[in-house]
Amino acid sequence: MIIEIGHYALILALATALVISVVPVIGARRLDRAMMDVASVGSVTMFALVAFSFAVLTYAHVVSDFSVETVWENSHSLVPLLFKVSGVWGNHEGSMMLWLLILALFSALVAAFGRNLPDTLRANVLAVQAWISVAFILFILLTSNPFMRLDPAPAEGKDLNPVLQDVGLAIHPPLLYLGYVGFSVCFSFAIAALLEGRIDAAWARWVRPWALAAWTFLTLGIAMGSYWAYYELGWGGWWFWDPVENASFMPWLAGTALLHSALVMEKREALKIWTVLLAILTFSLSLMGTFLVRSGVLTSVHAFASDPSRGIFILCILLVFIGGALALFAFRAPLLSAGGLFAPISREGALVLNNLILTVACGTVLTGTLYPLLLETITGDKISVGPPFFNLTFGSLMIPLLIVVPFGPLLAWKRGDLLGAMQRLYVVAGISLVGALAVYYAHHGGPVLAIFGLAAGLYLVFGAIADLWYRAGLGKVAASVAWKRLAGLPRSAFGTALAHAGLGVAVLGIVAVTTFETEHVVKMKPGQTVDAGGYSVRFDGMQPATGPNYSEERGHFIISRGGVAVADVWSSKRVYTARQMPTTEAGIVTFGLSQLYMSLGDPTNDGGIVVRIWWKPFILCIWGGAVIMAIGGFVSLSDRRLRVGAPSRRAKPARPALEPAE
Amino acid sequence: MTRKQKRLAIIAGGMSFIIAAVLLVMFAFSQSVAYFYMPADIAKNPVPPGTRIRLGGLVGEGSIVRGEGSTVQFAVTDATGDLVRVRYTGILPDLFREGQGVVTEGRFEAGSDVFTADTVLAKHDEKYMPKDVADKLKAQGLWQQGEAAQ
Repeated sequence: MIIEIGHYALILALATALVISVVPVIGARRLDRAMMDVASVGSVTMFALVAFSFAVLTYAHVVSDFSVETVWENSHSLVPLLFKVSGVWGNHEGSMMLWLLILALFSALVAAFGRNLPDTLRANVLAVQAWISVAFILFILLTSNPFMRLDPAPAEGKDLNPVLQDVGLAIHPPLLYLGYVGFSVCFSFAIAALLEGRIDAAWARWVRPWALAAWTFLTLGIAMGSYWAYYELGWGGWWFWDPVENASFMPWLAGTALLHSALVMEKREALKIWTVLLAILTFSLSLMGTFLVRSGVLTSVHAFASDPSRGIFILCILLVFIGGALALFAFRAPLLSAGGLFAPISREGALVLNNLILTVACGTVLTGTLYPLLLETITGDKISVGPPFFNLTFGSLMIPLLIVVPFGPLLAWKRGDLLGAMQRLYVVAGISLVGALAVYYAHHGGPVLAIFGLAAGLYLVFGAIADLWYRAGLGKVAASVAWKRLAGLPRSAFGTALAHAGLGVAVLGIVAVTTFETEHVVKMKPGQTVDAGGYSVRFDGMQPATGPNYSEERGHFIISRGGVAVADVWSSKRVYTARQMPTTEAGIVTFGLSQLYMSLGDPTNDGGIVVRIWWKPFILCIWGGAVIMAIGGFVSLSDRRLRVGAPSRRAKPARPALEPAE
Repeated sequence: MTRKQKRLAIIAGGMSFIIAAVLLVMFAFSQSVAYFYMPADIAKNPVPPGTRIRLGGLVGEGSIVRGEGSTVQFAVTDATGDLVRVRYTGILPDLFREGQGVVTEGRFEAGSDVFTADTVLAKHDEKYMPKDVADKLKAQGLWQQGEAAQ
């Protein structure tokens, strides 16, 4: 019964979304308050309905109600509670429900926090959000209904895919979707602005917090996904340039560009049209990511079950929203007035360069991801575009970006002093190079390119520190004055510095792992020892063990350094009983920022077992860097100038604007 | 420079960056794209040694031979009965089994008809038949929809 009520709530949510799709737009045209207010009330109601529906589905999973088809397909009575809950979104239907839930959440948040928005803008934004909701609720109800019943109800479920039975999976999709779907708000703002044919700096001020929040969650989501793949799949890699990874990475690149161009728009009223376009493109990439992952065009762990009708449905959603948005853009963008001028060497100039590089890099990833699909459709040839392609193209494009990042914050708005910035950064570059050489020698060599990579990472970190240093005037004024200045800097300055430093930390990790990593694939018998990364790993034999819904053979490894045992590690091969599916659980031990990674292969005929051992120096920097970036995002979000709903304290200075900037 | 010239210079700079990126992409494609082959395709037109390809098919029944250390040899077959021997050093994926679909990536060494794979791909679903392999097998009429796809 409760299941049917949940189902019904979803249908009511559809009806509500249909009302919000139409009424407020008409209200905004006629300037009818009552009609516009439908948007806010409706969005909150819709969120409540969707949340109820989602809660019902979760309940069905928790009590293992196998009369519900999705529960039967993806759960089992013996699965631990955490995985019963995360199993809700560990399948196609449920993950679309999560998508919808987050979409509804964002609409409700816009309704709740958007009190200081002009009425018409708020009404239009919420209406556009509702259009997206309508499309996705229809998609769920028509092609992927999670509330389907089975009669008679089976006694036991088919179990959740074992690789998904992991804490990482419990967290990764919600974070990722908060990012993906968060950009829908930026999209809706862009469409609303185009509908109204009016846009100004205030628009960017309203959009930026949403872009920032979405970006922050997306950063965390991608990092979490990467870490999950690293430890759960047992392949030892942290990024595979798998199309599904690319699908989440492209919105991130475009979103990063959006974040920066919105900054220019907010501060200087420039780049308006471009920012609107980026807002549309970013969410389009999110939609396309959903399409690629969900339609079964790509095969991966994410393509739970493919059904052609779903693919076509999502393709239609894609065409309507992306095509419609771009068409609207083409017609209305010329109405938007151009903004402030600036010299090429200026903060704006640096941000434009950032946008150029990020969007082009995003374009190369898009090409590499879609080209095989396109080629197969046209010629029937099957090709694979792998990491070498992306490393070469994306990697080379990132080099200029890494070099210019620290320049941006050091340049003034409108017209900057490149020479001054260079003078400040030389010291930074010098220190970085020395630091990189030191690390290089401490590691007893490696490829020479590693020096430059490490230097680039350090340069970003020190560059971020230097920015704060110079702003506070450290070393130029008395320490107490400098301290006061530092404390007085806006939070967004710290956010920027943290995000840029986080990028540097991630670069350090990536360079260190790619250049200093060691890998051993060896046949080991109990008692044998292998040396890796300065530690010796002794294999102590295999033991059987059982878990709640699996049985396993665990290999025991004793790690020692200089003859002293420092850690015990277990790595196992599991068989999940319900699906008879084997998985490999890697054994990982952390030393500072580095890790030893052990994964088991097949037993050999003479009683040994093939073991793969990696030494992964500084690997935690990769995800640590992403976390630092996300912290930067949160710090920046807490800046009162950005806080949604904070009274705008824009005692707008007399505009120094439109004089030519030379 | 006048303003117009400056603007032109900036646009030219941006365009040349984009052109450089496009050239880079084209170069990378020519270097690193691997075509997908089944044993039957290779029997028809042999692949020149050294060319990086993906080889897919079914792991031949009883063909797995473990050698020294972690080196493994096995055969990849398809519906036509053609067969390619594959050598691989490393850890085979969990779902690697005789009679199951497999995709390997690597190259033929000069003067050898054994395919040296550096990657053996496993997707992680027990129902999963690699899509490329499934499509080709369907084309060869061996494999029926529904047998593994649902």
